[in-house]
Amino acid sequence: MWGSNARETHPIFFHHLLKGIRRGARLISIDPRRTSSAQWADLWAGLDVGTDIALAHAVAREICEAGLWHRDFVANATSGFEEYRASIEPWTLERGSAYTGVPAEVIREIAHTYAKSKTAILCWTLGITEHHNAVDTVVALINLALLTGHVGRWACGINPLRGQNNVQGGGDMGALPDRLPGFQHLEQDEVRHRVEAIWGRKIPPKRGMHLSAMMDAMEHGQLKTVYAIGENPLDSEADGLRTRRIFKNLDFLVVQDIFMTGTARIADVVLPAAVAFCESEGTVTSSERRVQRVRRAMKPPGEAREDVDILCDLAQRLGHDWGDPEPSQIWDELCRVSPLHGGMSYRRLEELGGLQWPCYDQDHPGELFLHQRLWEWPLRGPRAVFQLVEPALPVDKLNEEFPLRLTTGRRLAEYNTGVQTGGYDFPTRRGETLDLSPEDAISAGVAAGEVVRIRSRRGAIEAPVHIDHGLRPGLAFMTFHFPDQVATNTLTIEATDPRSGTAEFKASAIRIEKLGA
Amino acid sequence: MDLHFQGYEATAEEKAAVDSVLGEASSGWDGGEREIALDGRFARGGHAARSRRDLLLPAFHAVNDRLGYVGRGALEYVCRRLTVAPAEAWGVLTFYHLFATQPKPPAVLHVCEDAACRVHGAGALCARLERTLGPAGTPLAGGKATWQKSPCLGQCEQAPAAWLVEAGERPHGSILAPFSDPTAWFDLIGKEAEENLDQRAARLRHTVPQLETGAEQLRLLRRLDAAQKPSLEGYRQAGGYQALALALEKGPAWVIGELNASKLVGRGGAAFPAGRKWQAVAENPGPRYVVCNADESEPGTFKDRFLLEEDPFSIVEAMTLAGFAIGAERGFVYLRGEYSLAARRLEAAFAEARAAGLLGGNVSIGGAPGFRFELELRRGGGAYICGEETAQFNSIEGKRGEPRSKPPFPVLSGLFGRPTVINNVETLANVPILLQMGGAAWAALGTEGSAGIKLFCVSGSVTRPGLFEVPFGLTLGGLLAMAGGLAPGRTLQAIMLGGAAGVFVGPEALEMPLTFEAARAAKATLGSGVVMVFDDTVDLGEILLSIAHFFRHESCGQCVPCRIGTERQAELLTRLKDGRTLGSRADEMALMRELGQVMRDASICGLGQAATSAIESALARFPVFSPPEVSP
Repeated sequence: MWGSNARETHPIFFHHLLKGIRRGARLISIDPRRTSSAQWADLWAGLDVGTDIALAHAVAREICEAGLWHRDFVANATSGFEEYRASIEPWTLERGSAYTGVPAEVIREIAHTYAKSKTAILCWTLGITEHHNAVDTVVALINLALLTGHVGRWACGINPLRGQNNVQGGGDMGALPDRLPGFQHLEQDEVRHRVEAIWGRKIPPKRGMHLSAMMDAMEHGQLKTVYAIGENPLDSEADGLRTRRIFKNLDFLVVQDIFMTGTARIADVVLPAAVAFCESEGTVTSSERRVQRVRRAMKPPGEAREDVDILCDLAQRLGHDWGDPEPSQIWDELCRVSPLHGGMSYRRLEELGGLQWPCYDQDHPGELFLHQRLWEWPLRGPRAVFQLVEPALPVDKLNEEFPLRLTTGRRLAEYNTGVQTGGYDFPTRRGETLDLSPEDAISAGVAAGEVVRIRSRRGAIEAPVHIDHGLRPGLAFMTFHFPDQVATNTLTIEATDPRSGTAEFKASAIRIEKLGA
Repeated sequence: MDLHFQGYEATAEEKAAVDSVLGEASSGWDGGEREIALDGRFARGGHAARSRRDLLLPAFHAVNDRLGYVGRGALEYVCRRLTVAPAEAWGVLTFYHLFATQPKPPAVLHVCEDAACRVHGAGALCARLERTLGPAGTPLAGGKATWQKSPCLGQCEQAPAAWLVEAGERPHGSILAPFSDPTAWFDLIGKEAEENLDQRAARLRHTVPQLETGAEQLRLLRRLDAAQKPSLEGYRQAGGYQALALALEKGPAWVIGELNASKLVGRGGAAFPAGRKWQAVAENPGPRYVVCNADESEPGTFKDRFLLEEDPFSIVEAMTLAGFAIGAERGFVYLRGEYSLAARRLEAAFAEARAAGLLGGNVSIGGAPGFRFELELRRGGGAYICGEETAQFNSIEGKRGEPRSKPPFPVLSGLFGRPTVINNVETLANVPILLQMGGAAWAALGTEGSAGIKLFCVSGSVTRPGLFEVPFGLTLGGLLAMAGGLAPGRTLQAIMLGGAAGVFVGPEALEMPLTFEAARAAKATLGSGVVMVFDDTVDLGEILLSIAHFFRHESCGQCVPCRIGTERQAELLTRLKDGRTLGSRADEMALMRELGQVMRDASICGLGQAATSAIESALARFPVFSPPEVSP
């Protein structure tokens, strides 16, 4: 588990993981902090924030050095191995250790354990993806799976754990700037034309903007109207002061949400929506690509309406009659548009209690895992490519002025900006804190509970100190669960991975100032 | 369960006690000093740490022995060492009565108030202690000592008994029996008195009257050597380890074959054929384990204690034979926590056997190819229920001693979920003997339906209480005669057979042969071999109440029929005693029968199923709690 505190952030997934541990599965946790997930691990490695690529390279080099890579798989199913091997050659255990802070012996143990396991899964969450070089880091992990053949087989693979029950579904349905439903690339004419034929409409031939690009466009006055559905960017985006300024400058802001969020409070129009899991009919898709039906258990309160109804009404007002479609009609249309979902009729989802894509036709049982073809001989389709990536440290540099590395994350009781959780009591809730190692608290002369000022190059906030033994000197931690109490994202940096559009929430440089000093 | 620590720190003394069991902490993460250069960068734990969970109770014992209680700091330290959630460990700690969680005086006198001791005045004795010393728990001798009441201490032949246990750097426990002077024991505090050979010889003759009258007929008890403490040399001179030598020569199948031929059945009370058990375990896939059930806690039983104290090597040899026969490499003796002397003798026996190459990586005799077998002693924590085999597995594994649902049975899924032979001490003690004699010859010592020889623990109102070894078939009356009969002028009121979970019989049963088949026919049981005699001076109602209180106290609380049922039984008896019945006495008797039926039908384990057995049988046979007849 790399860059994930799933014990707190994905408790349901972790519950399954614990079942595996109970049956003897081993867990390695790679995380700057020794989290509550790491407490369950056979081995925890505490690397410096943002040095994941270097660690992956050092692990890979050790696997090669010890002759533990999967020769047949690499030869039959991949390309670019020799170049890859040459590119990681400088990453000896010693250099990897010096760069990441993880002892050489521990890196070696990770390499040998991962490579020698009959089956192994690499899971990650935002610890990998909320960096300015997020895609590179994911590639570095993919390379490990290719090197060892831990992909395309039962109980193997790589898995980014999704943060909500239907994040996977959102991507699958085409809520990405460059994709049509089923991850079909909209800039490929052949694909686009096929979908245009089904929809009877022209589709813009060029990709749209991802969120970070939208923010830039808003800042430069190119994007003046925003319609936010189920998103609270005012509290969740990095560099919060800038975000607020940008949103305040919009001509027109519509927010469609189940709660009156921070963003909704400054919107021109708020459209109250029904709750997906209990007030709506339709489907959700989990991290394992399983599409399941959800059913309405209760009526939405007041004026709240289902998202589909709101969208169709809106279309009507804008001059397009989309009718009043049933969820089953919408789904079955999706099955025609997306080949991955081709065999997943609404009826089958009901009958079988869910299906995993890809599911190409009505006789296809769905697939438990992906990329099985990589083990076929002769190989059908393209080889999996080792891509070359280089480590790069976080953008927000540490120096004497800002000596502490702040990383952000979540806690068990809370979800993101607290929109869905803040309204409920929870016995372990303790509000926002600046979590420090005991050593840093002593050297800063601050005590647990003492409110301090935390300053980054972008702004300053105040929060009480909490001592966490899971941190080491130089490493601090905050959540962003309580934006009304502490606007943590005032501190974070809008340094964004150009490909994924994700900001580097995981690495800010800060300093602590005693109040009244 | 996640590890939620409250931040209690262990003292250096507590840490030292825990480390004496677990070794030193390896990092700041498992309770050692935080060394941030290393601890900030990696941590090990997981399976490696959790796999030592079975050391939880030994660690608690170490702290309890040193300080007299297990404080929160010690608890958290143990939890960090073993990766056990403190909340869960607390559940384990508080399950066992011998562990205290609050500071208390280091010396504690446990005074038995169970049936056999009651016959010898334990009730009055406790009342006198209360008058002289104050209620149980009162600090005494300047805060250095206290006293408390205890369930049966397994010293019934020398009733009334008390057990003085002292925590400290050299923790120790000793039996004071017969116990009478409320204050004389203060002089023993801080002293580690070892009995001398004369005292020992006298005690042996007291416990085994046959040493004086018929020692030559003894087989199980024949190795008792009044002249010296048990030693490997003495054991071998008396024929010890000849059975293992034979087994090594003839192979595991021979051992199981002879065991089957002997028709030996379990001596703990359930009477299951030992050969079938061993064979089934041998046929199931390894790793396998051997467990000696030495958690002898059935009121009135003291045979296992005596065997372990005076003939420990026979158990070591028998378990080694079991390991050889079934292909197990590890064995555990789960010993009742109150048996201090037996614990010392066993540890000494293990060490001697290990040094002689009779335990360890290569157990071998006379150059035969060896095998691996190691034994560990695990002390109970004062919980009768841990005599139940699956509760005992849980206890060895470091959990609350709550019985498991069966099936699966231990031959398939026992200790650590593996196939396990678990046998009572007396059962095992017979194994080397029957292998030397030949199984069939050993079987012929008994009757057709009850093979071999049996130990009976005779206590109560007899003039020579003690441990008697007899071939099956002797009558109950014959056994009482061996025990000297009643005191002059007394008449027999009742006899409890098989312990608190057994049945009461009256004088009509004196003709009954002591065999499984005769006992079954008489709707009685031999159980663990308890024969507790009550003459006409004994208040049987008081005895029944003490049995009811015993079960109420010892029910583990896991299943409702037993938890509530034992409580209701005690209440019902109290109503009868106080003459405040709900409805008529007949109504109460009907209620008692119904309660017993529910508990037999629905309890998870034998404790609940048998908790009403003795009481029901007594109420049915004797006019206990009947209103006194009005004199004309």
